[in-house]
Amino acid sequence: MSRFLADARLVAAKDLRIEARSRVVLNQVAPFALLVLVLFGFALDADQRTLRAFAPGLFWVAVLLCALLAIQRSVSVEQADGALTGLRLSGMSPAALFIGKASAVFVQLVVLEVLLTAGIIVLYGSEVDQPLLVVATGLLAAVAVACTGTLYGALASGLGVRETLLPILLLPVLAPVLIGATRAFDDALGSAAVDGWAWLVLLAVFAVVATAGGALAYGALVEE
Amino acid sequence: MVELNAAVALLGRFPALTGVDLRIEAGETVLLQGPNGAGKTTLLRLCAGLLAPESGTVTVLGHDLAAGPERRAVRRRVALLGHSTGLYEDLTVAENVRFWARAAGLGAEPSVERVVGALQRLGLDDGLLDLPVHRLSAGQRRRTSLAALVVRRPELWLLDEPHAGLDQAGRNVVDELIGDAVAAGGTVVVSSHELERVRLLSPRVVTLAGGTVHRDTSS
Repeated sequence: MSRFLADARLVAAKDLRIEARSRVVLNQVAPFALLVLVLFGFALDADQRTLRAFAPGLFWVAVLLCALLAIQRSVSVEQADGALTGLRLSGMSPAALFIGKASAVFVQLVVLEVLLTAGIIVLYGSEVDQPLLVVATGLLAAVAVACTGTLYGALASGLGVRETLLPILLLPVLAPVLIGATRAFDDALGSAAVDGWAWLVLLAVFAVVATAGGALAYGALVEE
Repeated sequence: MVELNAAVALLGRFPALTGVDLRIEAGETVLLQGPNGAGKTTLLRLCAGLLAPESGTVTVLGHDLAAGPERRAVRRRVALLGHSTGLYEDLTVAENVRFWARAAGLGAEPSVERVVGALQRLGLDDGLLDLPVHRLSAGQRRRTSLAALVVRRPELWLLDEPHAGLDQAGRNVVDELIGDAVAAGGTVVVSSHELERVRLLSPRVVTLAGGTVHRDTSS
């Protein structure tokens, strides 16, 4: 178990260090996230009441779009010069590799969620009524998206057309996360009268299934 | 050490190896040669545990590579230098070497001395240690990739065109490295088109053609 955790930590630290050096998330994905929020504002005629009402859904659509970029980046880092072959040759457990890569994506998603939360407060005038619900929803949804995305990123890269295929494969699978997280945010931001905590159960189940399923299936996808 | 009996391996649906019989003893140096598409790279990947044999048996370092867990177990004891370097562009030379050493199960962070020693062994200057890989020349990348293998101290070396992309000094370093590996009790299998150079290192030459052993100078 300690070996498993050490390998997962090693891979996550490596991916985060690469991200810190290349600054792809900071310089490209984060501005893209804010741009998406601004464009939603233009599309909805910059009416703050409308924007506030739709902020939860717009927020999570923006998160999913940004997640696609972060996941594609996570995959391409291993594809660039045969590093994935090196990881396979290291004898590292595929489950540890999966958890390590998903953890790095998770951290990047949490950073993007914080940025986007600030974005909807500033741009849309949203107010956070239940901060704890916002945090819980953000963390659970990030786990679900990071694990599902890491798994589908490996699947798409194995098919050799990852850039175009990944969104088509991944977004329909993440629809329950989008729905659950949006409903929970409806409650947390006071946009609609729903029980947000009840929707967290859906997110939690999805996150657990995505983590366990990903850890089990990842090996078959990265092996030739 | 390495034993293949009627080993068949597929690349997709294409049979890249069509029945290879080969035995390599511990401490041997073997040169693989043959035309492009003969199956040299596939044979090395098979021995490294990256491919499963479609039929026949492949035993490496006592592991029967038909089973997935056995293939994973053997990988930690084998070093494969392929056509790509496996380096991360945005990490430094030292970070890459340390990462691959720890990924291979060396446990605690390998000492700075060990990393520096491996890099110096490959003729890389200390000044390159903190340079990101994307700033290196192709030859320096190749040497860094080799240093990441040296620091692991593998029992079986599988080198696919190790001289490719290196200048004369680099080629000499690779030859010395092979000599050192054998002197330390390691086994080396080299695929190379530079026959004259590698023949000086190895009296045994195995020629592959059409996915099978066409000629073996030991038999």
